[in-house]
Amino acid sequence: MAKLISELCELVHPLSVEDYTKQGGFSALEKTFKIPPEDVIKEISDSKLVGRGGAAFPSGIKMNVVAKEQNEIKYVICNADEGEPGTFKDKYLLNHVPFQIIEGMIIAGYAVGAHYGYIYIRGEYPDTHALLKRAIQELKKNQYLGNNIMDSGFNFNIELRAGTGAYVCGEETALIESIEGKGGDPRLKFPYTAVRGLWDKPTLVNNVETLANFCVVMNIGAEKYKMLGTDNSKGTKLFSVSGCVNKKGVYELEFGTSLRELIDTYCGGIEDDKAIKFVQVGGSSGGVFPAHMLDIALDYESFRKYGVGLGSGAVFVADESICIVDFLKATMKFFQHESCGKCTPCREGNRHIVKILDRISEGKGKMNDIKILLSICNAMIETALCGLGQSAPTALLTCIEYFRDEIEEHIHGYCRTGVCKFGKEGY
Amino acid sequence: MSVQVTINGYNVSVEEGTSILNAAKQLDIKIPTLCYHPDQIVKGNCRVCVVEVEGMRNLAAACCTPVKEGMIIRTNSKRVRDARRTVVELIMAGHNQECLTCVRNGNCELQDLCSDLNIHSVPFDNVSERLPIDDSNPSIERDMSKCIKCGRCVQVCNCIQTVGAIYNVGRSSLMHIAPAFEKPLNQVPCVYCGQCINVCPVGAIYEKNDVDKVLDVLEDKTKHVVVQIAPAVRVSLGEEFGMEPGSIITGKIVTALRMLGFDKVFDTDFAADLTIIEEGNELIDRLNNNGKLPMITSCSPGWIRYIEYFYPEFLENLSTCKSPQQMFGAIAKSYYAEKEDIDPAHMTVVSIMPCTAKKAEAVRDEMKSCGYQDVDYVLTTRELGSMIKKAGIELNELREEAFDVPLGITTGAGVIFGATGGVMEAALRTVYEVVTNEELNNINFTQVRGLEGVKESEIPVGDLKVKVAVAHGLSHARELLERLKRGEAEYHFIEIMCCPGGCIGGGGQPKPLTNEIREKRIKAIYEADLGMPLRRSHNNPAIQALYDDFLEQPLGEKSHHLLHTHYTERKKYELNV
Repeated sequence: MAKLISELCELVHPLSVEDYTKQGGFSALEKTFKIPPEDVIKEISDSKLVGRGGAAFPSGIKMNVVAKEQNEIKYVICNADEGEPGTFKDKYLLNHVPFQIIEGMIIAGYAVGAHYGYIYIRGEYPDTHALLKRAIQELKKNQYLGNNIMDSGFNFNIELRAGTGAYVCGEETALIESIEGKGGDPRLKFPYTAVRGLWDKPTLVNNVETLANFCVVMNIGAEKYKMLGTDNSKGTKLFSVSGCVNKKGVYELEFGTSLRELIDTYCGGIEDDKAIKFVQVGGSSGGVFPAHMLDIALDYESFRKYGVGLGSGAVFVADESICIVDFLKATMKFFQHESCGKCTPCREGNRHIVKILDRISEGKGKMNDIKILLSICNAMIETALCGLGQSAPTALLTCIEYFRDEIEEHIHGYCRTGVCKFGKEGY
Repeated sequence: MSVQVTINGYNVSVEEGTSILNAAKQLDIKIPTLCYHPDQIVKGNCRVCVVEVEGMRNLAAACCTPVKEGMIIRTNSKRVRDARRTVVELIMAGHNQECLTCVRNGNCELQDLCSDLNIHSVPFDNVSERLPIDDSNPSIERDMSKCIKCGRCVQVCNCIQTVGAIYNVGRSSLMHIAPAFEKPLNQVPCVYCGQCINVCPVGAIYEKNDVDKVLDVLEDKTKHVVVQIAPAVRVSLGEEFGMEPGSIITGKIVTALRMLGFDKVFDTDFAADLTIIEEGNELIDRLNNNGKLPMITSCSPGWIRYIEYFYPEFLENLSTCKSPQQMFGAIAKSYYAEKEDIDPAHMTVVSIMPCTAKKAEAVRDEMKSCGYQDVDYVLTTRELGSMIKKAGIELNELREEAFDVPLGITTGAGVIFGATGGVMEAALRTVYEVVTNEELNNINFTQVRGLEGVKESEIPVGDLKVKVAVAHGLSHARELLERLKRGEAEYHFIEIMCCPGGCIGGGGQPKPLTNEIREKRIKAIYEADLGMPLRRSHNNPAIQALYDDFLEQPLGEKSHHLLHTHYTERKKYELNV
């Protein structure tokens, strides 16, 4: 395992500034302050680092847009609203190396000319919230936050905000609305948040893991960083593995490692030596791969070939006791519940998908239902306002592709796992 | 800076930042829309206007995607049509589809969209919710099983009117549009302006329909039924019959009303002239006797509800004059009844108004000073349209007739009440001449006309420079009142109209309604003014006779009793009819 961003996890006390600095903490910030902001952005750009929250947007380009905006007030936001089901890698970082995340925010602030930062922490992480609060206090006390940080002349302050459970608030514009005290409805795509974000000011929003990477890049330099990973996916990635593997948890892997290696080598294989039925990568909004595709490499370009993304790096492993229709029902009910309700395709699409899956699982489906499902999926991907609606049908689409026979079996009144009872028994 | 883009193979040069939707318009390419409204902030909710942009992964919503140099756009590819069709089908599945019995049948944006997109069936289960219709109040009904959640009504209520009676409530498929705490409209601070009706693309919000009640009373031989029509109606009713916005059809309306069986066809303009005499004298009195200033007009019942809810500290600034509609009713059931020897108990006053709030105004407790309810029934312009159609009257072809006397004798000053700035201008025409005893050289006070939100002017009247302001649309009213509160502005006289554009933009007017249409109606209002032989209220001989024979003097005892009223602070979340 290539421990790079999680190197200090479990090595330092999360709230000990002394521990952190002893292990090389703030050396990245020190290096940052020695060069002009544009060189920091160049370093990040050269590293080919892309955002780790799910969208995989090049971090350097985003920084550059914010940096070029002429505005006295700019913001850096740490997106710690880790709501993607099955994802817990940001929590791992925040619980173990909160200083590294904040260090990443200060680097970003310096690079783009922002002196204010917000950490938007998921409402369901109250312990992490409390820890971050103390981490900010510690850093203020030790003058790593506030005015003239490390005698650089650079000022930076951070405020903490918590969500209250809405998945959509992980979407950056909904997150911004939430910080502003409004309901978490996504904004229109234009203007970009980099130009007009929080309180209409240029705003850089980065995922926790991306911020952790800023420290790594500044520490080891873009050249060395780029040597890790594949042609188009540089560095390492945290994977949150859950489901029926023996050793569930967060794993940091170099891009390009195969899914099979992650499961067999790192996670110790499958519980009770059962057979894998499928693996969903990227959380509920990610694609589903059947057992015969596990040799796929965990990198952006390999996934792109299948029309899906790596997303947040959540890996959910399912064994053969899981019914594909039942799994899809749970997934799509999640999206129906979490849609904000603003745009038609997401508000209405999820609802109809759930309705149709419900009737398929009751043996009341029609063959035409699959066609209808596909048309809804297509409309959602093509027309939804934000990433939630655009990615919600990914699991359904990939399941129709790889598990169509099992769905059709349900339409004919048969569930191979015995999970769907069709009103015969149990239900 | 202008940029070149290609749409469906044609090049067009537009200003940078123009939306794809507007760029396409320049090539005469119509991209279908639903939540988009030209006078509103772009919402991008419905996703009907999606188009293909080369280089973009997904389709782009044309209403909220700005063009960029070299952009290649396709508005009518199979990819676009398929996605768009599904989006509209999803909207349809949430709509009750009871088109034939819908108030919008034949004039519905969703119907047009289905027709344009060639949609003949919907593959999804219908999931529209059959909730009880909210008919809690005299003005507005809401049938949420027709709501398509476009958000236009929410925007007009919150942003343009700053009333905030309705919101998006709940999330996801449970998201719906409702008053606070899911209460009926009469238990929240709704001002009944009906601007939500005007922007609703379907038939989810509409006025409470009183047509049948009026038809019934017309059948009743024991009743003497008189009708008044508001100034704004004559420049807009034609739209219900396919005429161009701004067609002036006063004479045709008079004929139609007579054919419908009204005993007398009168004009609210008469009462507008009367209002000017009373209100003008009230202003002079306040100016001379250290009265509360600035004095603010009180013709607009939506505005009255708004100030009662949101700015009760300004209630004393309101003119005590009743609105022209109510003055008309009070005079009809006293002066006119006496003159014609009709028992007012057997008289019914119907008004045709551009307004939904007028329905609620008519049933206010204060509006019974003549011993009877001043006005019995209020129909909107739209309702009159449907009543005329129902009666089989071909309005377009109809001959033109004149109003009955005496309550149909009017001036141009009364006509301009229909547009923002009109009451101010009419008052200035009279106040100037009454105070100075001189004739105005130019009676066109163009500085108070037009669609600018707040208009200000200083008019020398004798020794005094009268500072006036005009606001229309409640957000502008709010802006003006906030400035007054902060002491940043000082005026003698303020005209406020609830609806953008004034009464021509009222909540009971023909749909669609956009600022472009408002301007055409306003233009027609001033044309109608120019066409009148008399253009000053105090020169109206019928008004002069009214004072000579009955009222005696402006602000006199009879006036006080019949034509003036008072206002009450309203609590925001209690039952308020």
